[in-house]
Amino acid sequence: MIEIKNVCKSFDGNEVLKNVSIVFEKGKTNLIIGRSGSGKTVMLKCILGLFDIDSGEIWYDDRNFTAIGQKERKKMRQEIGMVFQGGALFDSISVEGNVRFPLDMFTRMSFKEKQQRVEFCLSHVNIDKKAYKLSPSEISGGMKKRVAIARAIALNPRYLFCDEPNSGLDPETSTVIDQLLIDLTKEFEMTTIINTHDMNSVIEIGETIFFLNKGEKEWVGTNREVLNSNNPHLNDFIFANKLYALMRRDNNPV
Amino acid sequence: MLKMVMSRPEKHRMYLKQLFYEIENLGVNSVGIVVIISIFIGGIMTIQFAYALMNPLYPSYLIGLATRDTLLLEFSSTMLALIMAGKIGSNITSEIGSMRVTEQIDSLEIMGINSASYLIMPKIIAVVFIFPFLYIISVFFGILGGLVTGPLTGTITLPEYVDGIKTIFVPYYATFSIIKSLVFGFLVASVPAYFGYYVQGGALDVGKASTQAVVNTNILILFFDLILTRLLLT
Repeated sequence: MIEIKNVCKSFDGNEVLKNVSIVFEKGKTNLIIGRSGSGKTVMLKCILGLFDIDSGEIWYDDRNFTAIGQKERKKMRQEIGMVFQGGALFDSISVEGNVRFPLDMFTRMSFKEKQQRVEFCLSHVNIDKKAYKLSPSEISGGMKKRVAIARAIALNPRYLFCDEPNSGLDPETSTVIDQLLIDLTKEFEMTTIINTHDMNSVIEIGETIFFLNKGEKEWVGTNREVLNSNNPHLNDFIFANKLYALMRRDNNPV
Repeated sequence: MLKMVMSRPEKHRMYLKQLFYEIENLGVNSVGIVVIISIFIGGIMTIQFAYALMNPLYPSYLIGLATRDTLLLEFSSTMLALIMAGKIGSNITSEIGSMRVTEQIDSLEIMGINSASYLIMPKIIAVVFIFPFLYIISVFFGILGGLVTGPLTGTITLPEYVDGIKTIFVPYYATFSIIKSLVFGFLVASVPAYFGYYVQGGALDVGKASTQAVVNTNILILFFDLILTRLLLT
Protein backbone atom coordinates (compact mmCIF):
# COMPACT_ATOMS: atom_id res chain seq x y z
CA MET A 1 0.00 0.00 0.00
CA ILE A 2 1.13 3.54 -0.71
CA GLU A 3 -0.44 6.45 1.09
CA ILE A 4 0.10 10.11 0.39
CA LYS A 5 -1.06 12.56 3.03
CA ASN A 6 -1.73 16.26 2.43
CA VAL A 7 0.89 16.56 -0.30
CA CYS A 8 1.59 20.01 -1.71
CA LYS A 9 4.01 20.83 -4.48
CA SER A 10 4.63 24.06 -6.32
CA PHE A 11 7.07 25.32 -8.93
CA ASP A 12 8.05 29.00 -8.81
CA GLY A 13 4.92 29.88 -6.85
CA ASN A 14 2.65 27.90 -9.18
CA GLU A 15 0.82 25.33 -7.03
CA VAL A 16 0.69 22.06 -8.95
CA LEU A 17 -0.49 19.74 -6.16
CA LYS A 18 -2.88 21.15 -3.56
CA ASN A 19 -3.14 19.20 -0.35
CA VAL A 20 -3.66 15.83 -2.05
CA SER A 21 -4.36 12.74 0.09
CA ILE A 22 -4.75 9.33 -1.57
CA VAL A 23 -4.45 5.67 -0.54
CA PHE A 24 -3.24 3.29 -3.27
CA GLU A 25 -4.19 -0.25 -2.33
CA LYS A 26 -2.05 -3.35 -2.64
CA GLY A 27 -2.95 -5.94 -5.29
CA LYS A 28 -5.01 -3.41 -7.23
CA THR A 29 -4.47 -1.33 -10.33
CA ASN A 30 -4.77 2.26 -9.10
CA LEU A 31 -5.30 4.73 -11.91
CA ILE A 32 -4.62 8.44 -11.77
CA ILE A 33 -6.52 10.27 -14.48
CA GLY A 34 -6.89 13.90 -15.42
CA ARG A 35 -6.35 16.40 -18.16
CA SER A 36 -2.87 17.32 -19.37
CA GLY A 37 -1.36 19.68 -16.81
CA SER A 38 -3.59 18.45 -13.97
CA GLY A 39 -0.56 17.34 -11.95
CA LYS A 40 -0.55 13.58 -12.63
CA THR A 41 3.09 13.26 -13.67
CA VAL A 42 4.24 15.63 -10.92
CA MET A 43 2.38 13.50 -8.38
CA LEU A 44 3.97 10.32 -9.72
CA LYS A 45 7.42 11.90 -9.59
CA CYS A 46 6.76 13.13 -6.04
CA ILE A 47 5.77 9.63 -4.92
CA LEU A 48 8.93 8.26 -6.56
CA GLY A 49 11.07 10.90 -4.87
CA LEU A 50 12.21 12.47 -8.15
CA PHE A 51 10.66 15.73 -6.92
CA ASP A 52 10.83 16.85 -3.29
CA ILE A 53 7.42 17.77 -1.93
CA ASP A 54 6.77 21.11 -0.19
CA SER A 55 4.68 19.58 2.59
CA GLY A 56 2.86 16.37 3.48
CA GLU A 57 3.94 12.76 3.80
CA ILE A 58 4.37 9.76 1.52
CA TRP A 59 4.15 6.31 3.08
CA TYR A 60 5.21 3.02 1.48
CA ASP A 61 3.40 0.52 3.73
CA ASP A 62 4.79 1.35 7.18
CA ARG A 63 7.76 3.39 5.95
CA ASN A 64 7.64 7.16 5.76
CA PHE A 65 9.41 7.85 2.44
CA THR A 66 9.62 11.59 3.12
CA ALA A 67 11.38 11.13 6.47
CA ILE A 68 14.06 8.59 5.54
CA GLY A 69 17.57 9.48 4.38
CA GLN A 70 19.01 9.23 0.89
CA LYS A 71 20.76 5.93 1.63
CA GLU A 72 17.59 4.20 2.81
CA ARG A 73 15.64 5.78 -0.02
CA LYS A 74 18.11 4.34 -2.52
CA LYS A 75 17.73 0.90 -0.98
CA MET A 76 13.94 1.19 -1.03
CA ARG A 77 14.00 2.02 -4.72
CA GLN A 78 15.03 -1.56 -5.42
CA GLU A 79 11.48 -2.48 -4.41
CA ILE A 80 10.08 -0.12 -7.05
CA GLY A 81 9.52 -0.87 -10.72
CA MET A 82 8.81 1.91 -13.16
CA VAL A 83 7.53 1.89 -16.72
CA PHE A 84 8.12 5.22 -18.43
CA GLN A 85 6.00 6.74 -21.17
CA GLY A 86 8.61 6.06 -23.86
CA GLY A 87 9.91 2.89 -22.24
CA ALA A 88 13.25 4.53 -21.29
CA LEU A 89 15.17 1.44 -22.33
CA PHE A 90 18.95 1.80 -22.44
CA ASP A 91 19.88 2.22 -26.11
CA SER A 92 23.37 0.82 -25.81
CA ILE A 93 22.32 -2.61 -24.55
CA SER A 94 20.16 -5.38 -25.97
CA VAL A 95 16.62 -6.29 -24.94
CA GLU A 96 17.82 -9.02 -22.57
CA GLY A 97 20.65 -6.75 -21.37
CA ASN A 98 18.05 -4.18 -20.34
CA VAL A 99 16.15 -6.72 -18.25
CA ARG A 100 19.39 -8.12 -16.81
CA PHE A 101 20.68 -4.66 -15.89
CA PRO A 102 18.96 -4.34 -12.46
CA LEU A 103 19.94 -7.93 -11.67
CA ASP A 104 23.59 -7.19 -12.54
CA MET A 105 23.49 -4.08 -10.42
CA PHE A 106 21.77 -5.31 -7.30
CA THR A 107 21.98 -9.09 -7.00
CA ARG A 108 24.67 -11.66 -6.46
CA MET A 109 23.00 -14.18 -8.76
CA SER A 110 25.13 -16.33 -11.05
CA PHE A 111 24.94 -15.65 -14.77
CA LYS A 112 22.75 -18.73 -15.25
CA GLU A 113 20.31 -17.62 -12.55
CA LYS A 114 20.14 -14.15 -14.01
CA GLN A 115 19.52 -15.57 -17.47
CA GLN A 116 16.68 -17.71 -16.10
CA ARG A 117 15.14 -14.66 -14.43
CA VAL A 118 15.48 -12.62 -17.63
CA GLU A 119 13.76 -15.36 -19.64
CA PHE A 120 11.03 -15.63 -17.00
CA CYS A 121 10.31 -11.90 -17.11
CA LEU A 122 10.45 -11.62 -20.89
CA SER A 123 8.24 -14.67 -21.41
CA HIS A 124 5.72 -13.16 -18.95
CA VAL A 125 5.36 -10.16 -21.25
CA ASN A 126 5.24 -12.39 -24.35
CA ILE A 127 8.54 -11.35 -25.90
CA ASP A 128 9.78 -13.89 -28.40
CA LYS A 129 13.27 -15.34 -27.87
CA LYS A 130 14.31 -14.04 -31.29
CA ALA A 131 14.05 -10.48 -29.95
CA TYR A 132 16.33 -11.03 -26.95
CA LYS A 133 19.50 -9.97 -28.74
CA LEU A 134 17.96 -7.01 -30.58
CA SER A 135 18.65 -3.46 -29.51
CA PRO A 136 15.73 -1.26 -28.35
CA SER A 137 15.85 0.72 -31.59
CA GLU A 138 15.08 -2.44 -33.54
CA ILE A 139 11.80 -3.28 -31.81
CA SER A 140 8.31 -1.80 -32.08
CA GLY A 141 6.72 0.65 -29.63
CA GLY A 142 4.51 -2.03 -28.11
CA MET A 143 7.47 -4.36 -27.62
CA LYS A 144 9.45 -1.55 -26.01
CA LYS A 145 6.68 -1.08 -23.47
CA ARG A 146 6.58 -4.82 -22.77
CA VAL A 147 10.37 -4.98 -22.36
CA ALA A 148 10.13 -1.98 -20.02
CA ILE A 149 7.53 -3.88 -17.98
CA ALA A 150 9.81 -6.95 -17.92
CA ARG A 151 12.69 -4.79 -16.68
CA ALA A 152 10.42 -3.19 -14.08
CA ILE A 153 9.46 -6.59 -12.61
CA ALA A 154 12.97 -8.11 -12.83
CA LEU A 155 13.75 -7.45 -9.17
CA ASN A 156 10.31 -8.65 -8.07
CA PRO A 157 9.14 -5.20 -6.94
CA ARG A 158 6.44 -4.51 -4.37
CA TYR A 159 5.40 -1.32 -6.10
CA LEU A 160 4.89 -0.77 -9.83
CA PHE A 161 4.52 2.65 -11.43
CA CYS A 162 3.48 3.28 -15.02
CA ASP A 163 3.43 6.65 -16.71
CA GLU A 164 1.08 6.65 -19.69
CA PRO A 165 1.77 3.00 -20.58
CA ASN A 166 -0.50 3.14 -23.64
CA SER A 167 0.57 6.40 -25.21
CA GLY A 168 1.41 6.02 -28.88
CA LEU A 169 0.10 2.45 -29.10
CA ASP A 170 -2.70 1.07 -31.26
CA PRO A 171 -5.90 0.01 -29.42
CA GLU A 172 -5.13 -3.71 -29.74
CA THR A 173 -1.61 -3.41 -28.31
CA SER A 174 -2.97 -1.10 -25.60
CA THR A 175 -5.39 -3.82 -24.52
CA VAL A 176 -2.50 -6.33 -24.35
CA ILE A 177 -0.48 -3.95 -22.17
CA ASP A 178 -3.50 -3.26 -19.92
CA GLN A 179 -4.16 -6.97 -19.47
CA LEU A 180 -0.50 -7.56 -18.73
CA LEU A 181 -0.47 -4.89 -16.04
CA ILE A 182 -3.55 -6.23 -14.30
CA ASP A 183 -2.31 -9.84 -14.51
CA LEU A 184 1.12 -8.96 -13.09
CA THR A 185 -0.45 -6.88 -10.32
CA LYS A 186 -2.58 -9.85 -9.21
CA GLU A 187 0.14 -12.46 -9.69
CA PHE A 188 2.86 -10.61 -7.75
CA GLU A 189 0.51 -8.82 -5.30
CA MET A 190 2.00 -5.44 -6.19
CA THR A 191 0.73 -1.95 -5.48
CA THR A 192 0.36 -0.64 -9.01
CA ILE A 193 -0.10 3.03 -9.84
CA ILE A 194 -0.87 3.94 -13.43
CA ASN A 195 -0.94 7.44 -14.81
CA THR A 196 -3.17 7.62 -17.85
CA HIS A 197 -5.70 9.52 -19.88
CA ASP A 198 -6.53 6.56 -22.04
CA MET A 199 -10.25 5.96 -21.51
CA ASN A 200 -10.06 2.33 -22.65
CA SER A 201 -7.55 1.64 -19.84
CA VAL A 202 -9.81 3.43 -17.37
CA ILE A 203 -12.70 1.15 -18.28
CA GLU A 204 -10.60 -2.03 -18.66
CA ILE A 205 -8.36 -1.97 -15.59
CA GLY A 206 -9.44 0.91 -13.35
CA GLU A 207 -10.05 -0.94 -10.10
CA THR A 208 -9.57 2.31 -8.24
CA ILE A 209 -9.59 5.59 -10.13
CA PHE A 210 -8.43 8.96 -8.83
CA PHE A 211 -9.41 12.00 -10.85
CA LEU A 212 -7.09 14.97 -10.51
CA ASN A 213 -8.18 18.42 -11.60
CA LYS A 214 -5.96 21.49 -11.31
CA GLY A 215 -3.83 19.77 -8.68
CA GLU A 216 -6.72 18.62 -6.51
CA LYS A 217 -8.20 15.17 -6.02
CA GLU A 218 -11.78 15.67 -7.18
CA TRP A 219 -13.18 12.19 -7.46
CA VAL A 220 -12.46 8.59 -6.37
CA GLY A 221 -14.27 5.53 -7.67
CA THR A 222 -14.09 2.41 -9.81
CA ASN A 223 -14.43 1.70 -13.51
CA ARG A 224 -18.05 0.69 -12.84
CA GLU A 225 -18.83 4.12 -11.39
CA VAL A 226 -16.78 6.40 -13.59
CA LEU A 227 -19.41 6.72 -16.35
CA ASN A 228 -22.15 7.62 -13.93
CA SER A 229 -20.46 10.26 -11.84
CA ASN A 230 -21.99 13.64 -11.04
CA ASN A 231 -18.67 15.46 -11.04
CA PRO A 232 -18.88 17.98 -13.92
CA HIS A 233 -15.10 18.14 -14.47
CA LEU A 234 -14.82 14.35 -14.60
CA ASN A 235 -17.74 14.18 -17.01
CA ASP A 236 -16.15 16.84 -19.22
CA PHE A 237 -12.98 14.75 -19.24
CA ILE A 238 -14.64 11.41 -19.97
CA PHE A 239 -17.37 12.46 -22.36
CA ALA A 240 -15.02 14.52 -24.48
CA ASN A 241 -14.78 11.16 -26.24
CA LYS A 242 -17.92 11.02 -28.40
CA LEU A 243 -18.16 7.25 -28.14
CA TYR A 244 -18.60 7.40 -24.37
CA ALA A 245 -20.99 10.33 -24.72
CA LEU A 246 -23.14 8.28 -27.09
CA MET A 247 -22.97 5.29 -24.78
CA ARG A 248 -24.20 7.40 -21.90
CA ARG A 249 -26.96 8.93 -24.00
CA ASP A 250 -28.13 5.51 -25.15
CA ASN A 251 -27.68 4.17 -21.62
CA ASN A 252 -25.49 1.35 -22.88
CA PRO A 253 -23.63 -0.71 -20.31
CA VAL A 254 -19.85 -0.90 -20.73
CA MET B 1 27.94 17.54 -9.66
CA LEU B 2 31.52 16.38 -9.11
CA LYS B 3 30.61 15.27 -5.59
CA MET B 4 27.85 13.05 -7.01
CA VAL B 5 30.16 11.77 -9.73
CA MET B 6 32.92 10.83 -7.32
CA SER B 7 30.68 9.03 -4.83
CA ARG B 8 31.08 5.32 -4.09
CA PRO B 9 29.88 3.03 -6.90
CA GLU B 10 26.95 0.68 -6.24
CA LYS B 11 28.76 -2.23 -7.80
CA HIS B 12 32.43 -1.94 -8.75
CA ARG B 13 32.29 -4.68 -11.37
CA MET B 14 29.59 -2.86 -13.35
CA TYR B 15 31.55 0.40 -13.24
CA LEU B 16 34.70 -1.40 -14.39
CA LYS B 17 32.78 -2.92 -17.30
CA GLN B 18 31.52 0.55 -18.19
CA LEU B 19 35.08 1.94 -17.91
CA PHE B 20 36.46 -0.56 -20.44
CA TYR B 21 33.57 0.22 -22.76
CA GLU B 22 34.32 3.95 -22.54
CA ILE B 23 38.06 3.45 -23.08
CA GLU B 24 37.20 1.69 -26.32
CA ASN B 25 34.36 4.00 -27.33
CA LEU B 26 35.98 7.33 -26.51
CA GLY B 27 39.67 6.47 -26.62
CA VAL B 28 40.52 3.64 -28.98
CA ASN B 29 37.97 4.85 -31.53
CA SER B 30 39.72 8.26 -31.60
CA VAL B 31 43.13 6.86 -32.54
CA GLY B 32 42.35 6.85 -36.28
CA ILE B 33 41.45 10.53 -36.49
CA VAL B 34 44.40 11.47 -34.27
CA VAL B 35 46.79 9.61 -36.60
CA ILE B 36 45.33 11.22 -39.75
CA ILE B 37 45.35 14.77 -38.33
CA SER B 38 48.85 14.40 -36.90
CA ILE B 39 50.39 13.07 -40.13
CA PHE B 40 48.91 15.94 -42.15
CA ILE B 41 49.74 18.65 -39.62
CA GLY B 42 53.29 17.28 -39.21
CA GLY B 43 53.74 17.41 -42.98
CA ILE B 44 52.20 20.87 -43.36
CA MET B 45 54.29 22.29 -40.51
CA THR B 46 57.49 20.95 -42.09
CA ILE B 47 56.70 22.67 -45.40
CA GLN B 48 55.73 25.92 -43.65
CA PHE B 49 58.84 25.95 -41.45
CA ALA B 50 60.96 25.25 -44.53
CA TYR B 51 59.34 28.24 -46.21
CA ALA B 52 59.79 30.50 -43.16
CA LEU B 53 63.42 29.41 -42.59
CA MET B 54 64.46 29.76 -46.22
CA ASN B 55 67.24 32.17 -45.26
CA PRO B 56 70.64 30.45 -45.87
CA LEU B 57 71.82 31.79 -42.51
CA TYR B 58 69.51 29.36 -40.72
CA PRO B 59 70.76 25.79 -40.53
CA SER B 60 68.32 23.42 -42.27
CA TYR B 61 68.07 21.09 -39.28
CA LEU B 62 65.99 23.86 -37.62
CA ILE B 63 63.02 22.68 -39.73
CA GLY B 64 62.96 19.27 -38.03
CA LEU B 65 63.63 20.81 -34.64
CA ALA B 66 60.81 23.35 -34.99
CA THR B 67 58.37 20.69 -36.18
CA ARG B 68 59.28 18.40 -33.28
CA ASP B 69 59.06 21.09 -30.60
CA THR B 70 55.79 22.50 -31.94
CA LEU B 71 54.28 19.04 -31.87
CA LEU B 72 55.70 18.30 -28.42
CA LEU B 73 54.76 21.58 -26.80
CA GLU B 74 51.51 22.70 -28.33
CA PHE B 75 49.96 20.78 -31.19
CA SER B 76 49.77 17.25 -29.78
CA SER B 77 48.52 18.45 -26.41
CA THR B 78 46.49 21.65 -26.84
CA MET B 79 45.41 21.54 -30.49
CA LEU B 80 44.58 17.89 -30.24
CA ALA B 81 42.55 18.55 -27.07
CA LEU B 82 40.59 21.23 -28.96
CA ILE B 83 39.88 18.77 -31.76
CA MET B 84 38.96 16.02 -29.29
CA ALA B 85 36.63 18.43 -27.47
CA GLY B 86 34.67 18.44 -30.72
CA LYS B 87 34.74 14.70 -31.26
CA ILE B 88 34.63 13.23 -27.75
CA GLY B 89 32.91 16.21 -26.08
CA SER B 90 29.97 16.37 -28.45
CA ASN B 91 29.65 12.58 -28.21
CA ILE B 92 29.45 12.74 -24.41
CA THR B 93 26.95 15.62 -24.33
CA SER B 94 24.67 14.10 -26.93
CA GLU B 95 24.78 10.64 -25.35
CA ILE B 96 24.03 11.83 -21.80
CA GLY B 97 21.64 14.53 -23.04
CA SER B 98 19.64 12.01 -25.07
CA MET B 99 19.48 9.76 -22.02
CA ARG B 100 18.13 12.70 -20.02
CA VAL B 101 15.38 13.68 -22.48
CA THR B 102 14.29 10.06 -23.01
CA GLU B 103 14.01 9.53 -19.22
CA GLN B 104 16.78 6.91 -19.15
CA ILE B 105 18.54 8.89 -16.41
CA ASP B 106 15.31 9.02 -14.37
CA SER B 107 15.04 5.30 -14.92
CA LEU B 108 18.52 4.77 -13.40
CA GLU B 109 17.66 7.00 -10.45
CA ILE B 110 14.43 5.13 -9.74
CA MET B 111 16.37 1.86 -9.73
CA GLY B 112 18.47 3.37 -6.94
CA ILE B 113 21.56 3.96 -9.07
CA ASN B 114 23.60 7.15 -8.78
CA SER B 115 23.19 8.11 -12.45
CA ALA B 116 25.80 10.89 -12.37
CA SER B 117 28.40 8.54 -11.02
CA TYR B 118 27.50 5.58 -13.23
CA LEU B 119 27.38 7.59 -16.45
CA ILE B 120 30.06 10.22 -15.91
CA MET B 121 32.81 8.75 -13.73
CA PRO B 122 33.83 6.01 -16.21
CA LYS B 123 33.93 8.60 -19.01
CA ILE B 124 36.19 10.97 -17.04
CA ILE B 125 38.56 8.19 -16.00
CA ALA B 126 38.63 6.76 -19.54
CA VAL B 127 39.42 10.09 -21.20
CA VAL B 128 42.03 11.14 -18.61
CA PHE B 129 43.64 7.71 -19.01
CA ILE B 130 43.63 7.71 -22.82
CA PHE B 131 44.73 11.33 -23.44
CA PRO B 132 48.47 10.87 -22.68
CA PHE B 133 48.49 7.92 -25.09
CA LEU B 134 46.79 10.00 -27.76
CA TYR B 135 49.42 12.68 -27.14
CA ILE B 136 52.28 10.20 -27.66
CA ILE B 137 50.61 8.78 -30.78
CA SER B 138 50.10 12.29 -32.15
CA VAL B 139 53.73 13.32 -31.60
CA PHE B 140 54.98 10.13 -33.24
CA PHE B 141 52.77 10.41 -36.32
CA GLY B 142 53.28 14.18 -36.59
CA ILE B 143 57.04 13.69 -36.77
CA LEU B 144 56.48 10.85 -39.22
CA GLY B 145 54.31 13.13 -41.35
CA GLY B 146 57.16 15.64 -41.59
CA LEU B 147 59.63 12.87 -42.26
CA VAL B 148 57.62 11.71 -45.26
CA THR B 149 56.44 15.09 -46.58
CA GLY B 150 59.77 17.00 -46.25
CA PRO B 151 61.89 14.78 -48.51
CA LEU B 152 58.92 14.02 -50.80
CA THR B 153 58.28 17.69 -51.55
CA GLY B 154 61.99 18.46 -51.72
CA THR B 155 61.84 21.02 -48.89
CA ILE B 156 64.36 19.17 -46.73
CA THR B 157 66.47 16.05 -47.04
CA LEU B 158 65.83 13.05 -44.83
CA PRO B 159 69.19 13.25 -42.94
CA GLU B 160 68.66 16.98 -42.28
CA TYR B 161 65.17 16.37 -40.90
CA VAL B 162 66.33 13.46 -38.71
CA ASP B 163 69.24 15.60 -37.54
CA GLY B 164 66.79 18.34 -36.54
CA ILE B 165 64.60 15.91 -34.63
CA LYS B 166 67.60 14.72 -32.57
CA THR B 167 69.00 18.21 -31.89
CA ILE B 168 68.58 19.87 -28.46
CA PHE B 169 65.87 17.53 -27.24
CA VAL B 170 64.39 18.65 -23.91
CA PRO B 171 62.58 15.70 -22.23
CA TYR B 172 60.76 18.09 -19.90
CA TYR B 173 58.71 19.33 -22.87
CA ALA B 174 57.12 15.90 -23.04
CA THR B 175 56.52 15.78 -19.27
CA PHE B 176 54.97 19.25 -19.40
CA SER B 177 52.66 18.28 -22.24
CA ILE B 178 51.61 15.02 -20.62
CA ILE B 179 50.61 16.99 -17.50
CA LYS B 180 48.63 19.31 -19.79
CA SER B 181 46.96 16.40 -21.57
CA LEU B 182 45.81 14.96 -18.22
CA VAL B 183 44.17 18.28 -17.33
CA PHE B 184 42.67 18.65 -20.82
CA GLY B 185 41.39 15.07 -20.67
CA PHE B 186 39.51 15.93 -17.50
CA LEU B 187 38.02 19.05 -19.12
CA VAL B 188 37.07 17.25 -22.34
CA ALA B 189 35.07 14.66 -20.38
CA SER B 190 33.65 16.62 -17.45
CA VAL B 191 32.43 19.85 -19.10
CA PRO B 192 30.39 18.13 -21.85
CA ALA B 193 29.08 15.62 -19.29
CA TYR B 194 27.81 18.53 -17.18
CA PHE B 195 26.02 20.09 -20.16
CA GLY B 196 24.51 16.75 -21.15
CA TYR B 197 23.41 15.80 -17.64
CA TYR B 198 21.52 19.03 -17.02
CA VAL B 199 19.95 19.43 -20.46
CA GLN B 200 16.19 20.06 -20.48
CA GLY B 201 13.76 19.78 -23.35
CA GLY B 202 14.10 17.71 -26.52
CA ALA B 203 16.43 16.81 -29.36
CA LEU B 204 16.96 20.44 -30.34
CA ASP B 205 18.11 21.29 -26.82
CA VAL B 206 20.53 18.35 -26.86
CA GLY B 207 22.06 19.81 -30.03
CA LYS B 208 22.32 23.26 -28.45
CA ALA B 209 23.86 21.79 -25.28
CA SER B 210 26.37 19.92 -27.42
CA THR B 211 27.48 23.12 -29.15
CA GLN B 212 27.66 25.01 -25.85
CA ALA B 213 29.68 22.19 -24.32
CA VAL B 214 32.27 22.21 -27.11
CA VAL B 215 32.61 26.01 -27.06
CA ASN B 216 33.01 26.12 -23.27
CA THR B 217 35.44 23.22 -23.24
CA ASN B 218 37.58 24.93 -25.89
CA ILE B 219 37.69 28.18 -23.92
CA LEU B 220 38.60 26.32 -20.74
CA ILE B 221 41.33 24.34 -22.53
CA LEU B 222 42.92 27.56 -23.78
CA PHE B 223 42.58 29.20 -20.38
CA PHE B 224 44.21 26.26 -18.60
CA ASP B 225 46.87 26.07 -21.32
CA LEU B 226 47.82 29.63 -20.48
CA ILE B 227 47.90 28.96 -16.73
CA LEU B 228 49.85 25.70 -17.03
CA THR B 229 52.36 27.20 -19.45
CA ARG B 230 52.92 30.09 -17.08
CA LEU B 231 53.25 27.80 -14.08
CA LEU B 232 55.31 24.98 -15.55
CA LEU B 233 57.35 26.45 -18.35
CA THR B 234 58.58 29.83 -17.16
